[in-house]
Amino acid sequence: MKKSVFLGTAAAATLIAGMGVAQEGSTLAQVQERDELNCGVNTGLVGFAAPDANGNWTGFDVALCRAVAAAVLSDSSKVKFVPTTGQTRFTALSSGEVDVLARNSTWTYSRDTDLKLDFAGVNYYDGQGFMVRKDLGVTSAKELDGATICIQTGTTTELNLADYFRANQMDYTPVNIDSNAEGEQQYMAGACDAYTTDASGLAATRAAFADPENHIILPEIISKEPLGPAVRHGDNNWGDIVGWTLNALVAAEEYGVTSKNIEELSKSSNNPEVQRLLGSTDELGAMLGLDAEWAKRAIQAGGNYGEIFAANIGEQTPIGLARGLNAQWTQGGLLYAPPFR
Amino acid sequence: MSDTHAQTVAFVRDTMLPAAPPPAQQAGAVRWLRENLFSGPVNTVLTLLGLAIIWFLYVAFGDWFAHSVWNADSLPECRDIIAQTWGEGARGACFAVIRERWNQYVFGFYPPELYWRPVMTFGLLMVALMPVLFGASLSIRRIVLSATVALTLLAMIALGAPIVWLVFAVAIMAFAFYASETEITRLLPFSALFPLLGVWLLWGGSLWGPIFVLVGPVLGWITWRVLSPRSAMLATIMAALVTVVFWLFVAGDAAGDAQNLLPMGIPAVASSSFGGFLLSITIGVAGIALSLPLGIVLALARRSDMFLITTLAVVFIEFIRGVPLITLLFVASLLLNYFLPPGTSFDIILRVIIMVTVFAAAYMAEVIRGGLAALPKGQYEAADALGLDYWKAQRLIVLPQALKISIPGIVSTFIGMFKDTTLVTFVGLYDPLKSMSDAVRASTSWKGIYWEPYIFVGFIFFLICFGMSRYSMYLERRLQRGHR
Repeated sequence: MKKSVFLGTAAAATLIAGMGVAQEGSTLAQVQERDELNCGVNTGLVGFAAPDANGNWTGFDVALCRAVAAAVLSDSSKVKFVPTTGQTRFTALSSGEVDVLARNSTWTYSRDTDLKLDFAGVNYYDGQGFMVRKDLGVTSAKELDGATICIQTGTTTELNLADYFRANQMDYTPVNIDSNAEGEQQYMAGACDAYTTDASGLAATRAAFADPENHIILPEIISKEPLGPAVRHGDNNWGDIVGWTLNALVAAEEYGVTSKNIEELSKSSNNPEVQRLLGSTDELGAMLGLDAEWAKRAIQAGGNYGEIFAANIGEQTPIGLARGLNAQWTQGGLLYAPPFR
Repeated sequence: MSDTHAQTVAFVRDTMLPAAPPPAQQAGAVRWLRENLFSGPVNTVLTLLGLAIIWFLYVAFGDWFAHSVWNADSLPECRDIIAQTWGEGARGACFAVIRERWNQYVFGFYPPELYWRPVMTFGLLMVALMPVLFGASLSIRRIVLSATVALTLLAMIALGAPIVWLVFAVAIMAFAFYASETEITRLLPFSALFPLLGVWLLWGGSLWGPIFVLVGPVLGWITWRVLSPRSAMLATIMAALVTVVFWLFVAGDAAGDAQNLLPMGIPAVASSSFGGFLLSITIGVAGIALSLPLGIVLALARRSDMFLITTLAVVFIEFIRGVPLITLLFVASLLLNYFLPPGTSFDIILRVIIMVTVFAAAYMAEVIRGGLAALPKGQYEAADALGLDYWKAQRLIVLPQALKISIPGIVSTFIGMFKDTTLVTFVGLYDPLKSMSDAVRASTSWKGIYWEPYIFVGFIFFLICFGMSRYSMYLERRLQRGHR
């Protein structure tokens, strides 16, 4: 109920904004005139967006913002990170406060249509999972009948949980929590048998426990959570820029272009696809309203998709996520950048 | 003396008996305990209950606090140190997070090389408050001023403030000492100018902005001087109009032109860089300073005889009091974006300050109305009998007494408002309690830390609020006239 009211107000508000924004003209021109990209990010999510002790933002979503800034403004540091909460994120985008929203937001039907957003692509395929104490003896989510479950309110995970338990004809008692930190605390204190949120979040949470070996993440993934950057509906060129920047990062990994060999490849590569991507031949950038080397700069900003993944959330980091669904299509994953031609 | 009984009494003692010590049960610690803790069955039970609670808290948290770690760079490192020092399985607090993120908790994302600016602003704020808060007592002024000066200058030097600004701060503080020793009201012009100076120091930017903001009231004053011989009413209205029109339509462009002709300024800092206690204190101080006068005006308006003014005041107060603060903050952060023309950037902190002020002022108005209602009718009549007009009567007779009565309520409202500043977390600003702590937890080094940030932030809030509460008690004692 609360959610539908909120969605309703958000939708009405977006509608008003949509009319205002339509007259504003091109987002690209605004960004270039301002010489700064306003990027909406999470106020703090491990691995995806977090300020360090000096206030510099790092993370998986942050890297995407920097790549877009590098493509559009030739400088990956010209980004103003606007922290947004779960409540303010979509209004911040539709009111024009941010140019792009890279805030681990799930691409859903209603957000795409009703909220008048455009998702430019998917930068992380997530899904909802469960974590339980090992000594509980549970090995599958199907055995959670009657369990108490810690669940963050006002998120899609709350709805997924209800759907999943109804579909499997099981009962559960929800323990409502407000934030991830509170959820961990409740789970550690034994207020709930299981903790559920996106699998990436569970992995990060488990890694931060004093005794990670005593907790297991159940194999079932009960939902699809394609997380991606969103832009305002109606400015297709800007949506293309964000979407193809993401595609360039993915394609770069596929063709073996990394931040280390990019200079060399842009001069000497014989692969026509790489040449087109890096702007050595053809003028693909002009079709977006950018210069020829836009994609090259985007890749130089933080490396290709694989490098960004490894640096922020990959197996070498404390979060230790495997590529899984987020591997290239050639490696059995879902990443599949359309051809640059 | 007299000889009346000299013959009738055989013996008259002419020295006092030496004082005997009181019975053991009526002396020292035993007596204190009997009187204060075990004076009756109810008191005894309560005392034992209190002791039990303290014992329980000690058992539950004592070892956790005793095993505090202050030197570590991440939570896993903290856990290692605890395990090494106190053995496997021992638990302990990891306050190292406070040490490592101290700057962020205090200054948010303010540029580190400019940390001296908020510090200096805060020091000058204390100086500016001196004639307002401690106008009556020289000895208190000496103590507070010395502490302020020492702390501010030391912190500024430690943070690498430029020499020019150190000299500036020293000059103002030297003048404050001089004024404090001679006539403290000499400091009042500085107090009046401080809001502009403080805003400029915190946000930076062109110096011409504050200068042209000052020009507005000066023009208004000139208008008033010219017109006041004709009609006082007309002069006041025109003066206000000139000031506002100048601010709205002239000041911005003029400041921009002046800046182009003669650039003067300090590096600008965006509102999004504010966070932590800097944000809370900025919003809190601005809210407190603005809501008291606004509350007084609203309270007087509500008691006014003029129908329109009373109605407006009632509607305003009841509407604002009937709406939760979070709603107002959401309006400030989200809805205003839609109503304002696209491209206008209306500073988010300014929007929040306006909403917090309006909210606190509505409560303040009711508190002060309570004070006004408590005054005996005779005071109003006496003011009339003396031939004072409305404003003089309010200023000289009614308000001083009403405000004195309202002090506890006013300070309560202040304290409540200061604590409410943490609600700005919902509009994406980094308050110290939740947003900043969540941001700290979002780094891989500190993920999983929970109680320590809350305890630290809670402790600082307690210090500030307790300080306000003690000051209000001091003020009440000082203004105590008794009912003679």
